[in-house]
Formats: sequence, C-alpha cells, structure tokens
Amino acid sequence: MPDKALPPKEKFDLIDLFTRSNGAVSLLVIALGFVFGSLFVLLVGRDPVNMFSALLQVVTGWDSSRGVWNARYIGEWFVASMPLVLCGLSMAFAARTGLFNIGAEGQYIAGLTAAQFVALLFPPIPGLHWLVCVLAGLLAGAAWGGIAGWLKAKYTVSEVVTTIMLNYIALYVSQWLTHAFAPGANTYRTKAYPATSLLANPWIEDLTNGSRLGNGLWFMLLSVLVFWFIIDRTRLGFSLRATGFNKEAARASGIKVQSAITTSMVISGAFAGLAGVIVSMGSFSYGRVLPGMENYGFNGIAVALVGNVTAIGSLLAGLLFGMLNSAQPLMQSREIPKEITWIIFGLVVVFISFRNGFKLLADWRAKQRTKS
Amino acid sequence: MIDFASLLPSILMMVAPILIAALGGMISEKAGVVNIALEGLMGIGAFTAATVHVLLEPVLPGWSLLIGVASGMVAGGLFSLIHAYASISLNADQVVSGTGINLLAVGIAVFLCQIIFHQDRTSAFQIGMTTDALGLYPTVWIALVVLLGVWFFLYKRPAGLRLRSCGENPQAAAAAGIDVRRLRYLAVMTSGLLGGLAGASLVLTETIQYSMSSINGQGFIALAAVSFGRWMPGGVAGAATLFGTSVALAISMVNVQDLRFLPPQFFSLVPYVLTILTLVLFSGKDFAPRAIGQPYEKGLR
Repeated sequence: MPDKALPPKEKFDLIDLFTRSNGAVSLLVIALGFVFGSLFVLLVGRDPVNMFSALLQVVTGWDSSRGVWNARYIGEWFVASMPLVLCGLSMAFAARTGLFNIGAEGQYIAGLTAAQFVALLFPPIPGLHWLVCVLAGLLAGAAWGGIAGWLKAKYTVSEVVTTIMLNYIALYVSQWLTHAFAPGANTYRTKAYPATSLLANPWIEDLTNGSRLGNGLWFMLLSVLVFWFIIDRTRLGFSLRATGFNKEAARASGIKVQSAITTSMVISGAFAGLAGVIVSMGSFSYGRVLPGMENYGFNGIAVALVGNVTAIGSLLAGLLFGMLNSAQPLMQSREIPKEITWIIFGLVVVFISFRNGFKLLADWRAKQRTKS
Repeated sequence: MIDFASLLPSILMMVAPILIAALGGMISEKAGVVNIALEGLMGIGAFTAATVHVLLEPVLPGWSLLIGVASGMVAGGLFSLIHAYASISLNADQVVSGTGINLLAVGIAVFLCQIIFHQDRTSAFQIGMTTDALGLYPTVWIALVVLLGVWFFLYKRPAGLRLRSCGENPQAAAAAGIDVRRLRYLAVMTSGLLGGLAGASLVLTETIQYSMSSINGQGFIALAAVSFGRWMPGGVAGAATLFGTSVALAISMVNVQDLRFLPPQFFSLVPYVLTILTLVLFSGKDFAPRAIGQPYEKGLR
C-alpha cells in the first residue's frame, strides 16, 4: 500500500520500479496479500505456518507432518488451476480490447452445460466423442460472450452490466435445461457420462498417482499459446489491442471497432467455455444441475489482473490461485478456515486497485522536485 | 390466478432489502462512482447483523436486533471506504475495487463464521424481526423512509444538487466551488451504509442465520434495479418492486398450481432478462449520469 510520504532515495528507486514494471507490482500485491492474510490468521489466534505448510504440500506433494510424498497433490493442484487460468485468459483477452468481462462465470456455465448435453446425447464414438464435447463447450462459451460483445457494439450497452446479468441468466437456464431435459436427471445430477466423453488420460493419471488431471492440461497449455499468438502475432490481435488503447484512433485508422468488440468477446468467451468443459469432463463423471455459481469466473478476474492481462501472466497467476484453492481441504484439517484463500484473492484485487497510487506518488514527487 | 393479497407481505419483505441497496447504489452512481460491490456490502452487513444479534440475543433481549442492524450498517460503511479510497483518492478503475470487495467480503464473513461459530455459517437466532398488525416487517417501512429521504435529499436539497453535479460534470462542479472528492466519498459511504442496512434487513427477515448463500445475487439485482429504474428514485423503487416480486414468486411458485406450466427458474430469470432488454431499448438515450465510472482528476478539462 502506498504511503503518503516516502523519503526520496538516491540510487535504487522503489516508486520508479513500481510505476514502470507491471511484474514488480504483481509480486508486491501477491506478497501483500499473503502478509495481510497471515496477519489475519494470527489475529484470530491460528498459526499461519500451517497455511504455508499446506501450500507447500500442494506444490511439492511432500507432507511435512507425516514425512510422505504423494504426487497426487501436484496433479490436483493443476486440476484446480486449469479453470482459473482459462477464466483468467478470458478476462485478460477482453481487457486487451478495453472491455471488462465480468461474465467469464456465465460463459463457463454455458460451456459446461453444452458439453454436458453433448456428452450424454452424442453417440459414444471413441476419439470423436470428447472432441465434440470440447467443441460444443467452446462454441457455447463463445456465443455467450458474443451476446455481451454484440450488445456493446450494436447498442453501446455497458458490458459490465450485461455480463453480470448474463452470469445469472446462464446459471438459471443451465439449471432448468439440465433438470428438465438431460437424460436421467434428478434435482442435482444426470446419469453417468459414457467413458468416451471423458478427458481422462491414463498416463498422466499414473504419473500423478491417480489424480483427476487429464487431457484438459493440453488444452489449457494450448490456450495460453493461442492467446499469445492472437494478441501478439496477428493482424486481428493488433486491431483488438488498438481498439483497447484508443477507440477513436483505431476507428480513424480504419479498424472496424464494432466488430473488434464482438470478436474479442467471442474469443474471450471461448476460453471460459473451455474451462467449463475441462471441469465437467475432467473432474466429474456425470452432468450436474449447478446449485450455484462455481466462482471460477470471478476468481479469473483476480487471475487476469495479477497476471497483467498477458498470456504467461495469467498462466502463472492461475497456478498461484489454483495452489490456494487446492490447499483448502488441507488448511481446513490444520485448523485454518479454508476461506482464508478467498480473503487473499480479495486482498490481492483490492491492492491491485491501489496501484494507481504509485503513479500519483511519482507525479507528486516530480512536482516537489521541480519546486525545490 | 395467483393470490397476490396473501403473498403481499412476503413480496414486500423481499422488495425492502433490494430497494434499500439499490437506493445506495443509485446515490453512488449519481455522484459518478459505479458500485458493483453492493453484493459484497450486503453480505458483510448481513453477516455482521446476524452475528451481533445471535451473540447479544440472550444478553440484551429487545435491543440486540437494533444493535445488530446498526453494526451491519457500520460494517458496510467501513467496507465501502476501501472502494472510496481506491476509486476516488487513487483514481482507480471502479470496477476493479468493487470486484475486490465482493471477493473479500464473502471470504471474511465465512472465515469469521468458522472462527466464531465453528461452522461455515452463523448460528441461528431465536427470533428475527417480527411483523406488525398489517403483517409487514419493519424493513418495509425503513425502505419507504430511505426512499423518501433519498428523493428529498437528491432533488430538494442544495447538497443533493451538488452531489448530482459531481456525476454529471465533475470539472464544472469543481469550478463552481464544489469539493468533488468529498461529496463522492460521502456518496460511496452512504451506499455502504445502505448496503449494510439492506444485508441486515435481508438476514433478519428472510432467514434465521447468515450463510454464503444468504445474499445469492440480490446485490446484483439491486445493481440492475438502478439501471432498470433509470437512475431516478421513483424508477428505482418501481424496478426494485418488480424484481423483488419476481424473487418472491420464484420461491413461492412451487405452491401455486396455476404457475406449474412455467419452468421453476422462470421468475429467477426475470430481473436479469428485463434489465438487459431495457438497456437495449433505452440505449442511446442519456439516462445514466454522464461522468459515471470516470475518476475525477484535478486539472483535466
């Protein structure tokens, strides 16, 4: 948190560092998130060391309290991270075009629901079935994101409001469709998926001692590459970024701003839709009537912001937040309420929103210097 | 048809918190600061009110409700200071700090439940608010008073005019000698106090304890009511009434024979679908405060 009056330093300048380097700010807010989170744990009389030992166990598989190693923890860390990375990419992609996509949650639900139906209704052809599930999820997520993009482009309706509304519309429509029409559905689940629809991978499963990690991993890594490629290496990416920087300048230089906005939201939604498929086909063996929001989309906002809305940043931040999420049961068993992870997510986003303070501080200091 | 007369008390019970939160959101947006943190502010208000009420109920019967509601308001007000500091003092993106509060609020509330009550929700209280001779909860009257108060302040008092000018053209307001930042702080804090009050009203009438699912999107419904009501007290009141009715029907429709042909999620969907439709319908017309979402930077023209 920026303080009001820092003494001016001569050689190494912190304020300069934080106004110039996004990476440094990310590291700082993460560190602050953990420091304040630990203080909070201390304040209620629990031992933050337990929190960190749980995190260590998730990342290394090493259980320091019992002295045993189990690779499954590492696998489950990635399982928890994949949807966060993808929802982070979703938020980040839209942000590059100057859009604030709070709707990753709804696009995730759209993708998940479409994949569930394809898994249950498409003929179980080995090798093709799961691929169609993935495609259906991608398309559904893309369409759901596209609605918000189109409304913004055509009617200049704020995407912040529409995406929030579309989140809840997705949730209730998914509940209704799944409960009313999915084969073998009761109030909370459908019948089991055919094995051909699952993203399971025996090799990875073996490697991680029976974790739920599977082929979703490749799709996540591919998505990171695709994000980077589109944004940094294509004409489309350039026009999207130009729209994000300055809409009027982009329009003046011949970029179709309207279609850039819709396209950006379509691609953004596809990432979140894929997250839905990976959770549904990777972590579950049956379709679900969602009882409520699963919060990957909202946490994806934190992921993207910490990752400075870049591909690699979202990957790293997603792994960080995935680590926190997957350590929840371990923390709970060590007397740290698992909600500490949400507190850390929230703190990180709050601190990120304070980052502009560095710029104000630098401006203020520059003014002081010119005076003296 | 549906027997609205018998449903009316429960409908008004659902309308009250949505209306109170929406009026808070409206004040904030009128001053130019978007507050998507209503959901989180309601959550922290609901948690604080429920906790204080549960803990004081055996000690101070009769007073615990009042103290609970007051603490819920204070908690909401304090939380909104984070949003105010980031978006007004630091010119941050108002959506980012709002998102942060939404994440933080539910985390802190459930975390503290685990510490205080050793479960993921507060303990249940014996009695919440009770209904009066008309079968109405006091929250309905509170909401009405807040509505009249907000309307009177915004449209009949000079300070209300000044506040609205901060959301229309902050530079011009500053030129006229108005302290834009101070008024924006007051507006955001008012929305925090009202958000906390809304959460307290909700938890002490609709349920018997706070849990993660207590608010369940009603803060976002309140946010929708602000746009749907076109940033006017009367409009927002109408929107909150419509949406609250919809939420109440979503819960009670299982008991209504005539509505069985609709999917059970139908009334849950209504507020969200209607809001998008009206935004599209009224797009291009200037109902929203003009400087909404923009930080006020001194020296900018």
